[in-house]
Amino acid sequence: MNNDINGEFGEVIWQVGGQQGEGIDSTGDILASTLNQLGYYLYGYREFSSRIKGGHTHYRLRISDNPIGAISHKLHLLVALDQESLSTQNHFLVPSGIIIADENLNVNSTMVRHNVVKAPLTRLSEDLGNKIVKNMAALGISIAIMNLRLADFEDVINQRFSKKGSKVVALNLAAIESGFDWACQHELLGKLPLKSGDKKKRLFMIGNQAAALGAIMAGCRFISAYPITPATEIMEYLGRQMPEIGGAAIQAEDEIAAINMVLGASYAGVRAMTSTSGPGLSLMMETIGLSGMTETPVVIIDAQRGGPSTGLPTKHEQSDLLSAIFGTHGEVPKIVITPTSVSQCFYQTANAFNLAEKYQCPVIVLSDVALSLGKQTVEPFDASKIKVDRGQILLEVDPTPEDGTFFQRYGYTASGVSPRPLPGTKNGVHFVTGLEHDETGLPADDPALRTAMMDKRLNKIPDLLPGSTFYHGPDNPDYLLVGYGSTYGPIAEAREMMANDGLLVGHLHILIIWPFPIAELDYNMETAKNIFIIENNATGQLEGLLDMHSPYDRKTKPIRKYNGQPFVPFEIYQQIKERL
Amino acid sequence: MIEPKIFRSGVRPNWCPGCGDFSVLNALTHSFSELDLAPHQITTVSGIGCSGRISGYLNTYGFHGVHGRALPVAQGVKLANRDLTVMAIGGDGDGLGIGLNHLIHAIRRNVDVTYIIIDNHIYGLTKGQTSPTSPTGFTSKSTPKGSLDTAVSPIQLALSAGIGFLGQAFVGNPKQMIKLIESGIKYNGFSLIIALSNCITYNKVNTLKWFRENIHDLDNDETYSPSDRKQALLSAVEHNDLVTGLIYHEEKASCQDLLPGYPNRPLVAQNLTPQQEILDNLTAAFY
Ligand SMILES: Cc1ncc(C[n+]2csc(CCOP(=O)(O)OP(=O)(O)O)c2C)c(N)n1
Ligand code: SF4
Repeated sequence: MNNDINGEFGEVIWQVGGQQGEGIDSTGDILASTLNQLGYYLYGYREFSSRIKGGHTHYRLRISDNPIGAISHKLHLLVALDQESLSTQNHFLVPSGIIIADENLNVNSTMVRHNVVKAPLTRLSEDLGNKIVKNMAALGISIAIMNLRLADFEDVINQRFSKKGSKVVALNLAAIESGFDWACQHELLGKLPLKSGDKKKRLFMIGNQAAALGAIMAGCRFISAYPITPATEIMEYLGRQMPEIGGAAIQAEDEIAAINMVLGASYAGVRAMTSTSGPGLSLMMETIGLSGMTETPVVIIDAQRGGPSTGLPTKHEQSDLLSAIFGTHGEVPKIVITPTSVSQCFYQTANAFNLAEKYQCPVIVLSDVALSLGKQTVEPFDASKIKVDRGQILLEVDPTPEDGTFFQRYGYTASGVSPRPLPGTKNGVHFVTGLEHDETGLPADDPALRTAMMDKRLNKIPDLLPGSTFYHGPDNPDYLLVGYGSTYGPIAEAREMMANDGLLVGHLHILIIWPFPIAELDYNMETAKNIFIIENNATGQLEGLLDMHSPYDRKTKPIRKYNGQPFVPFEIYQQIKERL
Repeated sequence: MIEPKIFRSGVRPNWCPGCGDFSVLNALTHSFSELDLAPHQITTVSGIGCSGRISGYLNTYGFHGVHGRALPVAQGVKLANRDLTVMAIGGDGDGLGIGLNHLIHAIRRNVDVTYIIIDNHIYGLTKGQTSPTSPTGFTSKSTPKGSLDTAVSPIQLALSAGIGFLGQAFVGNPKQMIKLIESGIKYNGFSLIIALSNCITYNKVNTLKWFRENIHDLDNDETYSPSDRKQALLSAVEHNDLVTGLIYHEEKASCQDLLPGYPNRPLVAQNLTPQQEILDNLTAAFY
């Protein structure tokens, strides 16, 4: 919390907690949407359990006047609507932080070191005739404490509640105002004053929405999926948008049906995708192999959650990595992308469609709870950065001499990728099968042919795809932090903390993790003295991949977290410091 | 009109001589010809089994997928390109064992695909195990003391799931099979045709002779009306599911008719150029 000469804060971390069904999400969303319009950088993260009503939930919002890519271990302002918010969250509070607690809650002695304000939230809302708006009264108090203007919230409240009628809008506005007034009367106004935002227009969205938008922009016109946390928003968003853009969205009977429909649609020539989480990915494995064997492009988004089995449905983990890379029996060509931010969910999902068609193989985009459901500030998307490259599709085929001879779908080529005519194309009639096959596609098991076909498929994807990794930091760092996917934000910030301590530290991050970019990784790791591999899983899956590919022992040091929570920058920093 | 033989690929079937699958292959080529289709207009998706090999023997776009999943692939193909004639074909194990789930949902979804289950009451390709349509007590390699399970009734399942077009053919009556396949293809919506078939190698009980003796032909039954779902169910129960002919027919909107915003031009023909204007419209809600 770096307050400047005016005593204003460039960063405030706010959190509201309560029971599910108490409007916790909407409280957070309303604050965040308004702040977004005011030009702050935001990172919102919800903790929730796998039930609809009841059970503790909270929404943490990091508000900053600078770009941020992670949640924080700190908390400045905690709004507690239930007892659990107090007992489980108070220790995050900085010494000067403030707790707003509903006056019915039991504030025990462990919290006396903080500034606890008991607020009559239930009473304020009951006075307005409906205690359902006590979350809005709490929001009003928060607004006052951060020195924000009530008027700035009217738009968002209007947008959110206008469908429910003007009475509901008025009730919510009144509740916010009564909270605000109460705060002013109790000398809370401007206790944690925020610097003003830059008023620039930026997007604020979750990774699932960004991925769905990326798919649309890349020309995806077919989705089939089965609901599963934390991926469902992708199919829901595309379910709403497909009718508008002339596509089709099908809720399948299960993930096996979903991936097979997508494979059929893609074989027929439309850009198609499915979205799922670990349990669904497991069910899709056989067909991922079929996609590889028949060289039919397919795009799968796996929003990871805690595994194995049903695991932790609403909690964070990065443990499907090896499953995504190696899953399915046999050996198939595959590409696995691990987007690093909400913005990259957009661009990399779009990229996935190009790669899938260019290399005629399955492409898996691995996000996770933090990325799919975490809400981030995103610079406006640029359509001109998206190119649609459909690879080797044959729109016309010359007549074959004899009728009844199939088009050679798997002819050997220099690149290993063979042109594919789409069903409906004259003279392009051909056969594809999951059985090993010859150049025509007909089942064949001749040993020499088998070897040649395996080589064709496995060698068509280059060892290194452009843009697979990126590096921030000095040449020849003493310390190198390595991660993939959603840990980008926390690691980047931990690196800054270390650099501020005067350490020579670099950050190497993987964006396309399969084909494994060992050449680029080795190049960066060669000179580093201390290498930390940071990942959200128990067994060190990235470290395993490094061991598998590196001829010598890099003596890497693991930093792993698998308690269902994403990393916060400070704990990475702290764990490294402890081990120096 | 293209001759039936043009719809055969140059590949020689590896089925046992006398296998019922040959008759289905023949009936298909005749139906395609009668309907004035060209090979490139048809996509045949098939499952895994002896019967699943059929897509390689037809001169149509052929997709030989994984065991039990022909139906979802076929629905994906059709929705991607509504101008194609899409067939799904597989065995009783493929469609009523491992893939049964998809059958019920394909019926509910009603995508315009014609599905043929070649039902020989046995697993042929894996060399003679009991199948979901094998009768209780059926002895096979996997049930040496007789199958304990009640046989599944695709007819009754399909009728109760709300099917719009249902027929059952018999490999010993090619004319009827051709007619049923033609009508099924012409039907706007999901059509199921069960082809009662023989596995000459592994099923010594449900032989051609046995089928002939037990079949009740509805096409020749003047009291039967294929527009009456109740009568369809009753006759299936009465004849132990061994009815042939058109069992049920009802016109209704297909999935393609009902899908909101689904264009008349096939999805594969849409313009995919990324446009900033579309992106701006879509992202307006996120500022
Ligand atoms: C997932 C999976 N399980 C098992 C098999 C082995 N298998 C291949 S075909 C088949 C059954 C074939 O029976 P049916 O569908 O009745 O077709 P038929 O051979 O009689 O035409 C089985 C079990 C497989 N290919 N895939
Ligand atoms: S094993 Fe049976 S089903 Fe398979 S080809 Fe031979 S006769 Fe036909």
